[in-house]
Amino acid sequence: MTIKHHLNEKLLMSYAAGILPEAFNLVVATQMSISDEARARLASYEAIGGGILEETEKVEMSPNSLQDVFNKIKSAKTKKFNAPKMVEGVFPEPLKKYAGKELGSVKWKNIGRGVKQSILKTDSDASARLLYIPAGTAMPNHSHNGLEMTLVLKGSFHDEKDLFKRGDIEIGDQDLHHNPTASNDGPCICLVASDASLRFKSIIPRLLQPFFKI
Amino acid sequence: MLDLPDYINQDFEVPNRYSMIPLCSKGILSKVIIKNEINSADHWAKCILSVSSEKDEEAFSSLFTHFAPRIKSFLMKSGTGAVTAEECAQETMVTVWHKAHLFDPTRAAASTWIFTIARNKRIDAARRNNRPEPEDLPWGNDPEPDASDIIIIQEETTLLAQAVKDLPSKQRSIVERAFYADLSHQEIADETGLPLGTIKSRIRLALQRLRHNMK
Repeated sequence: MTIKHHLNEKLLMSYAAGILPEAFNLVVATQMSISDEARARLASYEAIGGGILEETEKVEMSPNSLQDVFNKIKSAKTKKFNAPKMVEGVFPEPLKKYAGKELGSVKWKNIGRGVKQSILKTDSDASARLLYIPAGTAMPNHSHNGLEMTLVLKGSFHDEKDLFKRGDIEIGDQDLHHNPTASNDGPCICLVASDASLRFKSIIPRLLQPFFKI
Repeated sequence: MLDLPDYINQDFEVPNRYSMIPLCSKGILSKVIIKNEINSADHWAKCILSVSSEKDEEAFSSLFTHFAPRIKSFLMKSGTGAVTAEECAQETMVTVWHKAHLFDPTRAAASTWIFTIARNKRIDAARRNNRPEPEDLPWGNDPEPDASDIIIIQEETTLLAQAVKDLPSKQRSIVERAFYADLSHQEIADETGLPLGTIKSRIRLALQRLRHNMK
């Protein structure tokens, strides 16, 4: 699948280095599962890690470590590590562990004007949720205190800048004030991760914010 | 510099010749490789393939001897205590054995693949939570592996490692600290002009190569 909006180099490096909070890891891993091009981009940054590992000076392992490892290998319950299959469903493999097998199994909560969300359980450094936006509906205009990643899973949305389709990621930060609107041809379902609450421009969504954990 | 003829030779002869060859001309590429049978960059990849196909304990032992002490060191630099680092390094090698059949040498160098496993063990150990693991996913297309593709992917990583080493010390330190988890993603984001400098072109070449292998 050809996607247009990729992660920037800083986020690729942060993911490759393993320093993103779990919620962002989930978004990145999900995008990687949708697009080979995205995986290739990531892999080129992970190669830095391979190089650094290769250049790291050795620290001696404990004397029996190799034997210990062979023992662990042999005593392991022959757990077969099968590669997960690439599936064409809405939820790529990494997301299924968080959101359930399919769209139908998601427990949505209405948050007004037909917009629904489902909070996913991750560690508390950042939060992740699924968002359902009915066709043609706009999200309240907001900006961000921290970093926000929005990955389109189904349908599409547009904001002042561009159109975002399945596999596209929009990166929101302090500089982005936007008003994402689902396209008219169907609902848009997104996976959103954020490490700070949003700043809504109008007072009503701001008052509701604590109740909806957005 | 004068007493480093081997390094100069290697850096100019092999890699530059690779990078000047159009990516599509596989035929020419393999001839060059046959001519220069000095490549050992794919040695570790071959070891992983032997573990996968023949449960080759000897190949695994040599992988262990080479990588385990480096993984332990890498983890200790990432702030992991010696005991946990030893444990994680062992766990990483156990996973290398069990997941050897998922290693795709046309997509990653041996060191890169092992790095991603060690990185995930570090995250698991630190956070005790699940990490989404996209690296287990097969890639979209699965073309027949080509020996030259394998060698070049391994070689690109060696060159990238060299380029990181050659960065001015301040830049190098930022890249290394990111990978040693000594910087947060906010700190990376706040770096004006991520100091990838000269390694950027290497990253781009690695990406071109991966794209080529995806075709």
